[in-house]
Amino acid sequence: MIDRLIDNRGLDSFDYRFLALVFAILGIGVLSIHSVTHSQQTGLAPYYIKQIAWIVMGSAAFVFMLVSDYHRIARLAYPLYGVVLLMLAFVLFDGRTSKGAQRWIALGPFSFQPSEFAKLVLILVLAHYYSKTPRVGWLQRVIMPGMLMFPGLVLILKQPDLGSGLSFVAVYAAMLLMVGVRSKALGVILLLIVMLFPFAWEGVWGSLHDYQRQRIMAFVDPAYDPGGKGYHALQSRIAIGSGELMGKGLYGGTQSQLKFLPEGHTDFVFAVYAEEWGFLGVLLLLVLFVALIWLSLEIASKAKDQLGALLAAGIVAMLCFCVVVNIGMTAGMFPIVGIPLPLMSYGGSATVMTMASLGLLLNVKRRRLSLFY
Amino acid sequence: MAISGTHESELGELQRRLMLLRVGLLLVVGLLAVRLWHLQIREGPYYRDLSENNRTRSVLLEPARGLIYDRHGVLLANNVPSFSLYVTLEDVKDREGLVQKLADLLGLDPVMIRKKLAVRGSKMLPKKVKDRLTLRDATVIESHRLDLPGVMIQVESQRNYPGGMAAAHLLGYVGEISPEQLEKPEFADLHQGSIVGQYGVEKSFDRHVRGQAGQKSVEVDALGHEKRTVSVDKPLAGNDLYLTIDITLQKVAEELLGEESGAIVALDPTSGDILAMASRPGFDPNVLSRELTSKQWVEIVQDERRPLNNRASQGQYPPGSTFKVPMAVAALESNTMSPSSSVLCTGGYQFGKRVYHDWKATGHGSVDLHKALVQSCDVYFYTIGQRMGIDIMAEYAKDFGLGRETGIELPSERVGSIPSMAWKLKVKKEAWLPGETISAAIGQGYVTVTPLQMASMIGTVANDGVSYRPRLVQAIMDRTTGNLQELPAVARGKAHAKPETFRIIKEALAAVVTEGTATRAKSSIVTIGGKTGTAQVAALGKEKKAEKDIPKKFRDHAWFVAFAPVESPKIAVAVLAEHMGHGGSAAAPLAKEVIETYMKLRAQELAVVPQS
Repeated sequence: MIDRLIDNRGLDSFDYRFLALVFAILGIGVLSIHSVTHSQQTGLAPYYIKQIAWIVMGSAAFVFMLVSDYHRIARLAYPLYGVVLLMLAFVLFDGRTSKGAQRWIALGPFSFQPSEFAKLVLILVLAHYYSKTPRVGWLQRVIMPGMLMFPGLVLILKQPDLGSGLSFVAVYAAMLLMVGVRSKALGVILLLIVMLFPFAWEGVWGSLHDYQRQRIMAFVDPAYDPGGKGYHALQSRIAIGSGELMGKGLYGGTQSQLKFLPEGHTDFVFAVYAEEWGFLGVLLLLVLFVALIWLSLEIASKAKDQLGALLAAGIVAMLCFCVVVNIGMTAGMFPIVGIPLPLMSYGGSATVMTMASLGLLLNVKRRRLSLFY
Repeated sequence: MAISGTHESELGELQRRLMLLRVGLLLVVGLLAVRLWHLQIREGPYYRDLSENNRTRSVLLEPARGLIYDRHGVLLANNVPSFSLYVTLEDVKDREGLVQKLADLLGLDPVMIRKKLAVRGSKMLPKKVKDRLTLRDATVIESHRLDLPGVMIQVESQRNYPGGMAAAHLLGYVGEISPEQLEKPEFADLHQGSIVGQYGVEKSFDRHVRGQAGQKSVEVDALGHEKRTVSVDKPLAGNDLYLTIDITLQKVAEELLGEESGAIVALDPTSGDILAMASRPGFDPNVLSRELTSKQWVEIVQDERRPLNNRASQGQYPPGSTFKVPMAVAALESNTMSPSSSVLCTGGYQFGKRVYHDWKATGHGSVDLHKALVQSCDVYFYTIGQRMGIDIMAEYAKDFGLGRETGIELPSERVGSIPSMAWKLKVKKEAWLPGETISAAIGQGYVTVTPLQMASMIGTVANDGVSYRPRLVQAIMDRTTGNLQELPAVARGKAHAKPETFRIIKEALAAVVTEGTATRAKSSIVTIGGKTGTAQVAALGKEKKAEKDIPKKFRDHAWFVAFAPVESPKIAVAVLAEHMGHGGSAAAPLAKEVIETYMKLRAQELAVVPQS
């Protein structure tokens, strides 16, 4: 084991492939944001400039998370979670409202979204919990971490922010899958559920009456608006589909340029990209994402200790979940829930949080020898 | 170390589970790729079509309606640009604020604006709030444009009738195509909102005048804002019409009727050209061609005087004694009477137990055909009617165009009725009574005619039996090619009578004016022949009241039909003045005025032509 560590030591210190993938996706994101927003001048700076500023800030967070000791960061998990819960509570009372939901805290000219940071903090909390607690029964494996997650989930759903809520549950489920459930069989079943989700969704959801669906949607997501969501879904499918093989070219996406596609720079940035770059561009992007996640999984599976492995697994799971659900919803496979596409969607909190997570992930890789320092 | 060992094995377990995650990841991303392949490659063309339709909108370009001129090129109908204010509710965030702003800026009634905005319909489509905005108002709105999201000023072409009420019944008016009209094949290439002629020449010549709509394909954004024009298919302007009427004569005729109800038709008997066709009361086609409030519409439709009724071609009246003209022809032609044989009029005509009175209670004495026409002797015509029988009378009446359409190019022409035995069986399901023949002989009873028919009838007499279809349009100018297509006069037929008969009749009619019942039509500048008529509206019983004591609606209609000059007729006129009493006093002077005006206009025209 020591041999293996020594053998890989030189390569492990820093992974430039990883960084290249991150910045390639970030670059595609900025380009798409510029494409869809360049005709609308809003506020002090154009969206793409602001996004670049977020990326700069995200890079700082990335470096900070990379150089700190993740054990120390993990030790701060509970206090951090406390702060996050306070912020989430604060948002409910005095948050900035946008599109019918209170999700933002204003800080001077900036505003940030505590629910984005809550996801990373939850990963820290659960990884810290599992690495410190002997896991002997259901109580320790499933119930306790579930209770840890619960207050955050309730506060997020209160906003309401169905997307972040689902991410929260996904992080919890991924952690359970990794360590919480004992048998491989259960793991397989869970995986199957995830894999079969789109089909199961079609089957169950499709057999319901309209009013039943609307009731369910209204229950799950109080901000649910059939006309609006249906419009988003249709325009998104039209944008993606009309891209065909080669795409309409940069700035040529009529659906997004003519604003038929709402929120083209945030949750639906993938549809903008797909319209302009076509199926070939889409394949390239999928390859980039898969490569990034693959490298991340590599890091998780080679982590030296439980905490590192759990942190890495949680981060990868969250990344996977966001990518799959976002693309799936823009492509009409899932119902529309507000989940940004990591590294591509416009947004400060999500960009900074994702980059911080990736910094932490590389930290896990870098510190594989930390036990021996 | 025990704990650490557990941890070690748990780390191994965790790493094995990460393998599952990899497999899962590949599977899920594979599914995504398949889904995207399906969307972009398999269904790509379908979505491309959808996206094309998503962003392009067809905008109809309304054609300019053809212009309408009178016979001398005086403009009767044109198009004027008009500013209309539209509001697209989809783009309005604060509806009440907008209402207040518009009310302040334009001085409009906020209640009216609210009402217009409340009209049902898609929020995406603009609603017309106000039309005929002044240029100043339009400018005010444009300069406040940024404060007024969703507000739009559209320049529209609006039909305009510079003469106002002049020739209104004839010109008609335009309006939005109705749902029923849209169903009809002749409107197949039109669409909701198209403007079509709804009345008058505007309606009957709509096919020529309306032109052809063009289309513009524009690229729009999700809010419907125009971004770029993709293609333009220009509209084709409608053709111009040159009418046969002389607007000066038309106005004179209308002024002569004044506030009274009635009609005056003047035509050229040698061509059928309608020179003037007045019907009163009238209306302003400018009002009817624009957006009417339902209150305005109800007011017009429920007006007891029925201003939308063209009395010239749609009013059906008993002709009274004017009917004696074709009856006189019939008497001579059917050899019922010779010009010289006479009838003794003692003021009444005994038939069975009933006595039919003459208008002159003391009687006319011995009456031949000439005197019968000049003095309008009823007994003479009772007698010849009785001798001819209703079927011969009907035959000759029809020969002069009564009881059938004249064929004028106006919608909904009425035909009146010329009774015969067969007619009564068919219409009334009853046998003809001999007494009814006597009433019919003096143009009462079942006999009804239109003023247009009577003008045509007297014109036919003036023209020695040759009749032309009355026409209103003499030429159509194609706006795109510039070709002027002259419409020929159309012969309608020939009344079957000898020239000698016409000579005798015309001589008598001339005497009607010089010495008979129509001396008030006597002119110092032109010879006029004519026949008075008084059409009974209600049987008033035995006691004859003074006319001024009878309620107006029960007073008789006054008729006068005339032609001039007697030697070579150039104009035939029919005057009908409702409830104005006797033809000789009420109608004859109007006909004289029309004829004199026309003769003066002609003289001016002829004086000008040689100079040029």
